[in-house]
Amino acid sequence: MSLIGLSTQNLVKRFGGLRATDGVSLEIRPGELHAIIGPNGAGKTTLINLLTGELRSDEGSIKIGGEEVSGTPVQHRVGMGLLRSYQITSIFDAFTVIENVCLAAMRKRGVRWAVWKPMSAYADVMEKARAIIEQCHLGEVADTVVSNLAYGQRRQLEVAMALAADPKILLLDEPMAGMSAAEGAAAIELLRSLKGRYTILLIEHDMNAVFSLADRISVLVYGKIVATGSIEEIRNHPEVRRAYLGDDADA
Amino acid sequence: MNSSLFLSQLLNGLQLGVLLFLLSSGLTLIFGIMNFINLAHGSLYMVGAFIGAATYNASGSFIFAIAAAIISSGLVGLLLEHVVAKPLYRHDHLYQVLATFGLMMFFNELAIVIFGNRPYYAAIPSALDGAVTLFGTQYPIYRILIIAVGVLVALGAWYLIQKTRFGMLIRAGASNSPMVSVLGVNIDLLKKLLFMLGAGLAGLAGALAGPILSVQSGMGEPVLILALVVIVVGGIGSIRGALVAAMVIAVIDTLGRAYIPQLLGSFMKPATANAVGPALASMLIYVLMALVLAFKPNGILAPAKR
Amino acid sequence: MNRVKLGAWLIPVLFLLLACVPFVAQAIGEPFYITFFARVLVYALAACALNLVLGFAGLVSFGHAMFIGLGCYAVGILTYYGFSDGWLQLGVAVAVCALVALVVGSVCLRTSGIGFIMITLAFAQMFYFLMVSMTTFGGDDGLNINEPSNFGLFELSGSSEVYWAAWVVLLAATVFMARLKKSPFGMVLRATHINPRRVNAFGYSVFRVQLAAYVISGVLTGVAGVLLANLTAFASPSYMSWPVSGDLIVMLVIGGLGTIVGPIIGAVAFLVMEEFFKGLTQHWMLIMGPVIVVIALLTRNGFGWLTRQREVQSAQTRAPVAGEVPAKAAAVPAGEAQ
Repeated sequence: MSLIGLSTQNLVKRFGGLRATDGVSLEIRPGELHAIIGPNGAGKTTLINLLTGELRSDEGSIKIGGEEVSGTPVQHRVGMGLLRSYQITSIFDAFTVIENVCLAAMRKRGVRWAVWKPMSAYADVMEKARAIIEQCHLGEVADTVVSNLAYGQRRQLEVAMALAADPKILLLDEPMAGMSAAEGAAAIELLRSLKGRYTILLIEHDMNAVFSLADRISVLVYGKIVATGSIEEIRNHPEVRRAYLGDDADA
Repeated sequence: MNSSLFLSQLLNGLQLGVLLFLLSSGLTLIFGIMNFINLAHGSLYMVGAFIGAATYNASGSFIFAIAAAIISSGLVGLLLEHVVAKPLYRHDHLYQVLATFGLMMFFNELAIVIFGNRPYYAAIPSALDGAVTLFGTQYPIYRILIIAVGVLVALGAWYLIQKTRFGMLIRAGASNSPMVSVLGVNIDLLKKLLFMLGAGLAGLAGALAGPILSVQSGMGEPVLILALVVIVVGGIGSIRGALVAAMVIAVIDTLGRAYIPQLLGSFMKPATANAVGPALASMLIYVLMALVLAFKPNGILAPAKR
Repeated sequence: MNRVKLGAWLIPVLFLLLACVPFVAQAIGEPFYITFFARVLVYALAACALNLVLGFAGLVSFGHAMFIGLGCYAVGILTYYGFSDGWLQLGVAVAVCALVALVVGSVCLRTSGIGFIMITLAFAQMFYFLMVSMTTFGGDDGLNINEPSNFGLFELSGSSEVYWAAWVVLLAATVFMARLKKSPFGMVLRATHINPRRVNAFGYSVFRVQLAAYVISGVLTGVAGVLLANLTAFASPSYMSWPVSGDLIVMLVIGGLGTIVGPIIGAVAFLVMEEFFKGLTQHWMLIMGPVIVVIALLTRNGFGWLTRQREVQSAQTRAPVAGEVPAKAAAVPAGEAQ
């Protein structure tokens, strides 16, 4: 599977007078794990929504693998392999874990008029779903209805579904939000195993995760990228310290 | 095209528009703010019509009849809100539809039990029974009264919503309901008052409509459904939208019914025109609704929602 | 595990019981019951069709009676002009219902939850008034159907014939729904009610899936209409009035939304209850109305976990996340229920 990159040029999104996204130019190289950090209110989720197409940008361009996609609908970008996970878990509560993952796994072939054979009869889909469930440490709860899962497991499922949908690019919106230390550690390992196999844009507050996983980091403050670079560069960047890490250093 | 006939049809349209506005303004507020579908709104209209007619027949006073109609619909509305609506606010619309559907059935049958199957006679008050010459046509005073009432109510609604505290709370509730209750406002009371207001308006519409449309069981539903079309076209939650849509729809409907059969008759055999004409005319507003929704799925004046 | 076993024998048992009805009715000398249960089966079929959109996709269609009427009038109007070939009538009914469902669905599915309910009701009323105004075909008085539908090998000439035809169609429909529920299409359809935004985010089209379901549902309901026309030898606008649409919803709710046998159980329960009340008083609707209100109040948590999910959904899109502007501000997919 060939890896593709994601880039934006001068991306702008206005909400009334507020420029939630203020001329963001990002380049995410094929196969890299690029993290985005920034204080609350910086516009991280808005940025992801612009990238997926759930929000329409006012200015600027978005390119997936070099192809211009701004203005195209969500389904088109998904078709190109751009998948996301949500910050606030957005899964199918009434279905079991395996049903959730299968729904994601069927993305590529679509459902058309598949009205007769039960989903469980699609051997290839089931196999792929089970593999991903194992990979995400959800094997034990595969047949549990999702509303009965623990929070951490739901977050895992959130990522699992994005994985199952045959992504080329993964946009992960705070996958570790609300996880315990142990759950977080397992999640970091999972993400580490994905490195190099997909192009990943990771939005996270958990600095542990960011510093142990990222190839490069961009810092988003009030809708603008104030710095981009390697982990070392960002750690020592004066503006970044001031805007974001500065408080932590003093504390 | 006879211009004086056109004028009276236009005025008829405006008058129907007023009735529709009275009905749909209450409906749209209840939908927009409390997210509650009230199919029994047509029954409140019917209650107003029956009480208004019965009171006039008993007392001879039109003012008294109107007041009685508004008050009784308001009270029925209050009861309805407390027993049926309140337990269902946070629940799926399906159950709201179901419950108010049951209420529709009940009220229609109750009307038959009390007043019988035949239309109940509601007279135009003698003081208002007459015609006035307007731009060369004779037009019934009573219908002009209805239009006047409509204008008054529209102005009153504007004042209420824009200039009073109650109105401010309604507008706040429309854009962010949970927030309003957090601010310490008795949201329960607010909802009850709103429901009563909507019910009262429906009752007023019914009482006014009584003398010119027929007062009978089931009279509410055709008007209710038109009101639903008005709301959807005008934008749920928007009173301005309800006003504009009510007028436009009523005028188009009235003129359509008056002229489409004639129009068809000019190039079709009279027999076909008579068969097809009324059918097409009755479909006109729904086609219109479909067209509006095709371009503006949330209505023409949909207010900015949460 | 046990639920699967229960479901597996429930359908055959139910249909076996239903198959006994005509024989039992003959034996006790009360042919009325055949007619009554034929009607039950016809409405069960319509409820089964409605289940596809309401039970699976959560779309509250308050205008499904419209399709019953279209099916009835397909038979009625064709017979009026001398065409009593059953296959032709069925074909026309299917084609008309599919077309109407396609158009109506395309309009209705673009609006929010409340809007959908109101517009389906409005369209149903439009057809109701259309048929009322077509005086050639009886208008408000209805249209007598003088010839039964002739399907070559058999004719729907009496209650028994309609009963068995309905029994077969209902069995096929029930099996179809059971398979569809677990199929990929069915899973996606049910997912559109639980979390439409996520469904779209996976590249599926909520609109197209729901529209497809609505068309299938409309066509199946039209078939019920064809059977009804033969049962009563009559076509009337009242068959497509809003109370009928409401009754179908009540049947589904009683029987269990989204279940496979729910439509059948609901139809039986509702129509038996109706007969019972009719026997008590001429003004039976005075009782039925409040009963429906009570049913609604009692079953309101029926969509329980689904409602919770929707509240989470709207909280996510409504509440700003620590200062960020809500992402819902602009492009939310039209299929998302409000």
